[in-house]
Amino acid sequence: MAGPLHALSLKNLKKTYAGGVEALKGISLDVAEGDFFALLGPNGAGKSTAIGIISSLVNKTSGDVTVFGRSLEREPEAVKRCLGLVPQEFNFNPFEPIGEILVNQAGYHGIPRREAWQRAEQYLNQLELWDKRRQPARRLSGGMKRRLMIARALVHRPRLLILDEPTAGVDIEIRRSMWEFIRGINREGVTIILTTHYLEEAESLCRNLAIINQGEIIENSSMRELLTRLHSESFVLNLKRPLDQLPPHEGLWLKLSEPGLLEVCVNQEQGLNPVFDYLNRNHIEVASLRNKQNRLEQLFIGLLQRDREEMAPGRAISPSSRPMGQLLQEGEGEQPRLQGDG
Amino acid sequence: MSVSTTWIAYRTIVTKEILRFARIWMQTVLPPVITTTLYFIIFGRLIGSRIGPMGGVDYINYIVPGLVLMAVITNSYANVVSSFYQAKFQHHIEELLVSPAPNWVILAGFISGGVARGVTVGSVVLAVSCVFAEPHLHSIPLTLLVFVLTSALFALGGFINAVYANSFDDITIIPNFVLTPLTYLGGVFYSIDLLSPFWQQLSLFNPILYMVNAFRYGLLGLSDIPVGIALAMTLIFITALTLVSLRLLSKGVGVKT
Repeated sequence: MAGPLHALSLKNLKKTYAGGVEALKGISLDVAEGDFFALLGPNGAGKSTAIGIISSLVNKTSGDVTVFGRSLEREPEAVKRCLGLVPQEFNFNPFEPIGEILVNQAGYHGIPRREAWQRAEQYLNQLELWDKRRQPARRLSGGMKRRLMIARALVHRPRLLILDEPTAGVDIEIRRSMWEFIRGINREGVTIILTTHYLEEAESLCRNLAIINQGEIIENSSMRELLTRLHSESFVLNLKRPLDQLPPHEGLWLKLSEPGLLEVCVNQEQGLNPVFDYLNRNHIEVASLRNKQNRLEQLFIGLLQRDREEMAPGRAISPSSRPMGQLLQEGEGEQPRLQGDG
Repeated sequence: MSVSTTWIAYRTIVTKEILRFARIWMQTVLPPVITTTLYFIIFGRLIGSRIGPMGGVDYINYIVPGLVLMAVITNSYANVVSSFYQAKFQHHIEELLVSPAPNWVILAGFISGGVARGVTVGSVVLAVSCVFAEPHLHSIPLTLLVFVLTSALFALGGFINAVYANSFDDITIIPNFVLTPLTYLGGVFYSIDLLSPFWQQLSLFNPILYMVNAFRYGLLGLSDIPVGIALAMTLIFITALTLVSLRLLSKGVGVKT
């Protein structure tokens, strides 16, 4: 019996550049139809190479790419019809009016000009760019240029949309409105693959993810499953009155990073109550509290660190080189004391 | 892609290319007209009257086909080399590469844009020549055929140049150091009968000589080379460069990593 139809399927995809750099070392990945999928990784991990191969901008060395069951090698035109790409770098003609950019892109997909203008109006309106349709693209602000690239990627109504850092350099207000727009596109059934350095963005938008590091996939799971692996969270507490030293805090993981700033790491089962009990007992008043790190960011850093350690087998791994969350999760040895226990 | 969607994709590329050079007509159409006008005044009127007839016609009439074709060659080449290289440089070639438009449609679109500019500029220069000379039209179909074939051939040359170009310098090297000498030595201003046998034989290796002579035959009914051979050579070059261009596109040379 045939398996479910994947929007994207990568099988043992490899890319070695002319200089001998192995950008992809045989990655395999399936993205389900309708998914909102995050492809994460540090700079130079191979994300953009993978996206380049999927969108026919980079030649693969070996492996297979299948989009909605169609092989990129054997049916490139059919695959390209299904695909919309928002690349990381601006790649439009800066002298061309933005309405024309969309209509021409639709034309390359064989959409008649009248219909292309209707679609251009729809997407430019949704992305608040219709009033600028006669302006050359170079006159747009950075955020508008990003929105233009999203509109252009959608004009032929792709089933799979690849967003390579779509909100890079965009202010938070526009970023959030773009999130809403992209969510809406996904709700309409479009499969979305997102790469981003804003892990908060990935956590907020995506249901599944893969983390790629040094050309290999080191994690591939659902966002929920991954986040449940995070057994601890770190918080930063702003104290009302500065402290020189903390009173004894046996069993709690506290660090006074500045006289008025207290860092707390708590086990998820433990919760924050014991910390507040301790603070009340010692008459330490808290003005405000925030997460030290985004949850996904915490996991991401831990996974990359673990991968780096595994790549260097001869290297001694000191407990202090590991993230706090990972140490708590693994329950290794004694709980580290970040400051004398008083 | 179906025939109709392929046609729409092709038409989109061609329209975009034509609008591009039409929008900047002061840079694309006007300069060759001014340059050729100066040729007509200096070589035709001032010096030409002292040279006397060539091939049985006034010198100014003799140089009309060569000057028109020179404009066709440089403009069809320049259109594609600059347009395709800019698309590469600004990365908007990716708009086409991610689209389902087949490689031959992309190539045909750019070449048609080059042909459109070559034919446009050539026609304007031909019209200007009527002010200074009395060009005949010995064979309209042959004149038009040579117009289109020459434009297509040099548009293909411009395309291959753009594929390999990595800087703006790279797109000026071939026009300046290869195309211009070949054009000037391609019988634009003289008949190769005037040359010594050695230089006559050497000139036969210059592809531009065949096109200039075919075009001169179309306009004046004069040619140093049999027209059939001239057309056959042009078609052979077009076929070879088309195959090379398609191969480069399919391998992604210069446009894919």
